[in-house]
Amino acid sequence: MSENTGEVLGENLSGNTSENLGEVLIEAHGVSKRFASYHRRATSLKERLVRHEQTEADVFWALRGVDLQVRRGETVGLIGPNGSGKSTLLKVLCGILRPNDGDVSVIGRVSSLLELGAGFDGELTGRENIYLNAALLGVPRSETDRLFDEIVEFSELGEFIEFPVKHYSSGMYVRLGFSVAVHIDPDILIIDEVLAVGDAAFQKKCLDRIADFQKRGKAILFVSHSAGLVEQLCNRAVLLSHGQVVFDGRPGEAVAQLNHVLGVDQVESERGDLATVTEMNILDPISREAIDEFQCGASVLVQGVIDWSEPLPAGAKLSLHLTSPADEDPIIEIEPLWHFVPPGEIGPGQSRFEWVIDALPDLPGDFALNLAVHTQDTLIAHGRIGGVRLLGATRRTIGGALTLQASSSPEPPPSDMPNALPPRTGSR
Amino acid sequence: MRLPMRGSNVQTRLRTELISQLVRKDLKVKYQGSSLGFIWSLANPMILLAVYSFVFAFVFPNAMPHFGLFLMSGILIWNFFTMAVSGAAASILGNAGLVKKVPFPHSALPLASIGFAGVQVALQYLVLIAALFIFKMPPFRPHLLLLIPALVVAMTLTLGLGLFTAASTVQLRDTQHILEVVLFAWFWITPIIYSAKMVNTQIAKAGFTFAGHGLLSWSYYLNPMAGVVVAFQRALYGVVFYPGCGPTSTSNIPGSLGCTHELLLPSDSVFFYIKALGIGFAVALVVLVAGVRKFRRLSADFAQDL
Repeated sequence: MSENTGEVLGENLSGNTSENLGEVLIEAHGVSKRFASYHRRATSLKERLVRHEQTEADVFWALRGVDLQVRRGETVGLIGPNGSGKSTLLKVLCGILRPNDGDVSVIGRVSSLLELGAGFDGELTGRENIYLNAALLGVPRSETDRLFDEIVEFSELGEFIEFPVKHYSSGMYVRLGFSVAVHIDPDILIIDEVLAVGDAAFQKKCLDRIADFQKRGKAILFVSHSAGLVEQLCNRAVLLSHGQVVFDGRPGEAVAQLNHVLGVDQVESERGDLATVTEMNILDPISREAIDEFQCGASVLVQGVIDWSEPLPAGAKLSLHLTSPADEDPIIEIEPLWHFVPPGEIGPGQSRFEWVIDALPDLPGDFALNLAVHTQDTLIAHGRIGGVRLLGATRRTIGGALTLQASSSPEPPPSDMPNALPPRTGSR
Repeated sequence: MRLPMRGSNVQTRLRTELISQLVRKDLKVKYQGSSLGFIWSLANPMILLAVYSFVFAFVFPNAMPHFGLFLMSGILIWNFFTMAVSGAAASILGNAGLVKKVPFPHSALPLASIGFAGVQVALQYLVLIAALFIFKMPPFRPHLLLLIPALVVAMTLTLGLGLFTAASTVQLRDTQHILEVVLFAWFWITPIIYSAKMVNTQIAKAGFTFAGHGLLSWSYYLNPMAGVVVAFQRALYGVVFYPGCGPTSTSNIPGSLGCTHELLLPSDSVFFYIKALGIGFAVALVVLVAGVRKFRRLSADFAQDL
C-alpha cells in the first residue's frame, strides 16, 4: 500500500520472471460449478413429497470451464465484477466446494482466509481460537505451541488474546485470522477480500509479510477489488467474467480489461428497448479531451449519449452516480437529477447530455461512473464507465451515500438531434 | 484430498487433534459463565439416581434391589447414545459458517459431538461407580470386561447413526425431528427401565412355545442397544437373581414382591451377553457402513447445500 512496500515487491517481482518457473501447486482444468436456485431446493420432507422434480431452468453456472495454474512463487490476483465467480473459484480450489465438472489438484498445505472470523468461535478467547483455527487448518498442536508467541506478537492483540473474540472489533478479527493464516507456514495462501478491513499500519504489515512469502517461493492467490493492490502485488492477474476466465496475464492489462468489462454496457429495460446509453465520456471541461486520471477536487465534464427508440413516457429521470467498481450501490449521487422529462419532448433519435462536476470528491479510490435513465420504478437504460480512479493524498471512508454538486452546461442540441432536452437545473 | 503428501497416520493424528480441539471448545462453551462448571455434569446423574431410587422404592415398589442403580447402569450408556447421535445430527448444520468458509475434514464435527457426549457420560459413570461402592456393590469382577465389547458395539452404532444423521440433516432438515421421535420409541423398546428378562418371560407367556421361541427371543437383540444395555447391567449392577430367588439361597421368602421368576437379568451366562452383543454388532456394523457411505457421498457438497 505504501511506496515502501511497492519497492520491496518491485524488486521481488523483477527477480521472479518466467524463466525460473516453479512447480505447479494449483492446477484447475475445465472447472465448472453449478448452483441450483435456492428456493428450488427441497430441504424439508413436505417439499420433497410435494415436489419430486427439480427443474433445470433455475440452474446457475457460477464457473464455466475455468483453467488455472498457479506455480510456486507466483502471486496471482483474481479480479472481476461481482458475481463473476471469484469467491466460488477460491472455494473450489480450497476444496470447500466440489466442482460439477473438471479437475482440481492442489499440492501442499493450504492456508485460506475466506471470511472475517471464519473458523473462530465467539465464546472462546483469542488464545483458544488460535489453537482451534490452526487445528482446522491442519496444523499439529506441537507446531501451534511453537508458533503461538509469534502469532500473538504479529496480531498485536497483546492482552486481548485472553478475551473472548466476540468482543473483538473487525480489525482485531482480521489481525488474528491473518496472523494464524500466515504463520502456519503454508505452501499456498488463499485470501478472499478480507484485508481491506484492517487499519493502514496493519495492512502494510500484511503486505510486507506477503512480500516475504513471495521471496520464499510460496504461491499466493487472492481476490481483490482494488486494482491498485493487484497491480502492486501480483505478478499475474486472472480476470473472471460470468464464470469464465476472460484474461490471464499481466496485472496491468488485466485491470485494463476489467475496466473494459465494467465499461459501458447496457441494461435492457423490462418494457422493451426504449433507450440505450451509447456513449459515455469523461472530459476535461476546458480542453474537452478525454481524461484517464482524475485528481480529487478536479473539475470534469461528463458526457452521455442516449439513443431513444421511442418517445419517452412522462416522468422519466436521468441520474448520475459513482459506485464502487463492481457494485451497484451508489456511493455518491451526483446532483442534479433530471426530473420529469416532459412527454413528447424526447422522440426517437439521439440526444447528448452534459454535466460539469465542479469538484470530484475527496475520496481517493476506484469507482465506476453510472448513468441511469429511469421512470418511477423501472430502469430504462443504464451505462457505466469503470476504472475511474481518483487520486489523492488521504484515504477516507464514508458511511452512506454522499451527494455531489454538479452544474449542468447542456450542449445546444445539434440539428440532427432535435429532441435533446435542456436539463432542468435542479440543484437543490 | 488437501494434504496428499502426508502419510495417512499423520492425517489421522491431525484429525484426532482437531476433534479434541472441537470437544474442548464444546465443553468450554457449555460451561462458560457457570460457576460450578462441569460439576453440573455430575449433579445431573446424582439427582437422577436419587429421584429414581425414591420413586421406585416408595411410589412403585419393585422387587429389584437398588432399582436406581439398575436403571443408572443402563440409562447412562443410553444417554451417551442419544446425546451423541442428536449432537452429531445437528453438528454440520450447527457449524454451517465453518463448513462454508474453512476447508477441513467434515467428519471431525460429528465425531467431536460424539466425543463431547462421551466425556460427559464418562464423568457420569464415575458417579455411578462411586454410588455402587457406597451401596456395597463394587463392580470389580471379571464381568466388568463385558464393558469392552459393549462399548465397541455402542461406539459402532453411534458412529454409524451419527454420521448418517449428520449428513442427512443437511439434505433434509426433518431428519432431526424424525430422529427425536425414533429415539423416544427406541428408548422404550430397549431394556433400560425394565429388565430384558421380563421381555423373555412375556414372549414365553404369549404362547410362543414352538421352535422359533428362542429365535424370537434372540431377535430382540437385533436392537444393538439392547445387548449393550444388558451387558452394562450385568457388568455394573451385577445382580443376576432376585434376592431370595437365586439358586444359592436355601429358602424362598414367601410373598416376596416380584419373586415370580428367579432371574433378574436375562442370563447368568457370560456367553449369553457375548452372543447378544454379537448380534447387535452385526447390525451396528451395517449401520456404520451405511453411515460412512452416506457421509462420504454427501460431505463434498455440504458447503453448497447448507
